[in-house]
Amino acid sequence: MPEAIPTQLPDAELQLASLAEQLRPHLTPDTALVGIYSGGAWVAERLKQLLDIREEVGQIDVSFYRDDFAEKGLHPQVRPSHIPFEVEGRPLILVDDVLYTGRTTRAAINELFDYGRPARVELAVLADRGERELPIEPGYCVWEVDLEEGEELILGREESGRLFWKMGRNDRG
Amino acid sequence: MLTQSRLNPQLDAEGKLQHLLSTEGLPLPVITQILDTAESFLEVSDRDVKKVPLLRGKSVFNLFFENSTRTRTTFEIAAKRLSADVINLDVSRSSTAKGETLLDTIDNLCSMHADMFVVRHATSGAPFLIAEHLKRIGRDDIHVVNAGDGRHAHPTQGLLDMYTIRHYKKDFSNLTVAIVGDILHSRVARSDLHALRTLGCGEIRAIAPKTLLPGYLENLGVKVFHDMNEGLKDCDVVIMLRLQNERMNGALLPSAGEYFKRYGLTPEKLALAKPDAIVMHPGPMNRGVEIDSSVADGPQAVILNQVTFGIAVRMAVMGILAGN
Repeated sequence: MPEAIPTQLPDAELQLASLAEQLRPHLTPDTALVGIYSGGAWVAERLKQLLDIREEVGQIDVSFYRDDFAEKGLHPQVRPSHIPFEVEGRPLILVDDVLYTGRTTRAAINELFDYGRPARVELAVLADRGERELPIEPGYCVWEVDLEEGEELILGREESGRLFWKMGRNDRG
Repeated sequence: MLTQSRLNPQLDAEGKLQHLLSTEGLPLPVITQILDTAESFLEVSDRDVKKVPLLRGKSVFNLFFENSTRTRTTFEIAAKRLSADVINLDVSRSSTAKGETLLDTIDNLCSMHADMFVVRHATSGAPFLIAEHLKRIGRDDIHVVNAGDGRHAHPTQGLLDMYTIRHYKKDFSNLTVAIVGDILHSRVARSDLHALRTLGCGEIRAIAPKTLLPGYLENLGVKVFHDMNEGLKDCDVVIMLRLQNERMNGALLPSAGEYFKRYGLTPEKLALAKPDAIVMHPGPMNRGVEIDSSVADGPQAVILNQVTFGIAVRMAVMGILAGN
């Protein structure tokens, strides 16, 4: 059941460890992680360490695949996507920090298929705030949370690499 | 706001890029955004599917009133990699030849639901005229990209040159960049000069015979040299310009052989620049006129990489414009 937003935000590091444990039994030797910029890329990088995955982590920026390009234009800061392994035939785990409408996930899946045809794509997220607008569900998730409209859950990273949650406000969905 | 849009017809009231007409007056954040975005598009060209869906359903019209195979082709590839529909009009051989005016041609294409015009024209200012016309008829949702107008500007070439320099040299502030050749007639030189200034290039040099130098250079803070051996000393970047053969007839130059002797880039002259200097050329090259084959094919030449970067830069320009 989704929880109401607590005054004290949960420890992202503990959540990270429990997400890794959810994933561990499902990994195969050729599983690769792909993180969505920027929060998802951080989470993927940490999962790689915790799970001792040999394959380098892929990163994608979905700016060229977003469905709101016509209304919002191109994001002012696009980062190059980087998939350092062969996608064709490979089991992939797409990693994001927060799952919301599902539109970013849709864009990321479309982008992945332009690199090749993966064997399967699963979705792992730290937080799921519901309110989906597409038929997309995470296979792995540690925190289901209810937020008010306009509230935003933001993953931050300290210089040490330690991840933490903070709250923000955002007018866009 | 009105003043700003009057001063800079490329920007809308919010300062966003509406058309790309010139590198002159293009604000630093806009140039930086184009170069950064191009970096992401460069990666797209390495994928299995070299295409992104950004301009799906949009129509890009290539309007080349003056011949150019390379520029037209790279714009076409760029638009297609953005998933746009590309329509090539060989205007020099059709409507204009039948007497249609430029703006009548534009009105007709507007009725065909164009989203973007890529314009090359022998007359300086033609793309600006089209942009103003679109505003007047209430079609400023259509974007104009200048693909070279007369002696005025070739902004995407200027931007891809900046991308190339940034790729190899990272920071502009400590660089010495020399532009060599027919600067007087070159829209590429002009576009490079303005972009280099905005990006804070340390030292900009122009090397050419007196007959091929424009009068405005000193106002732009450019150091002028007539002797190549002096001008190339300790340069980080050497941009060679094409010597247009038709200039030989105009009594501006004695002969191609004489020109090569004094201003052609040979390995001996290049050795005067820094050992890691890069050599650029907008193409098409005249081997043995402005550049020696051993330099053009040598390890310091980045001329073919410029072409690859040019596609990514044009994708960035069209992608940013279509979203604004």
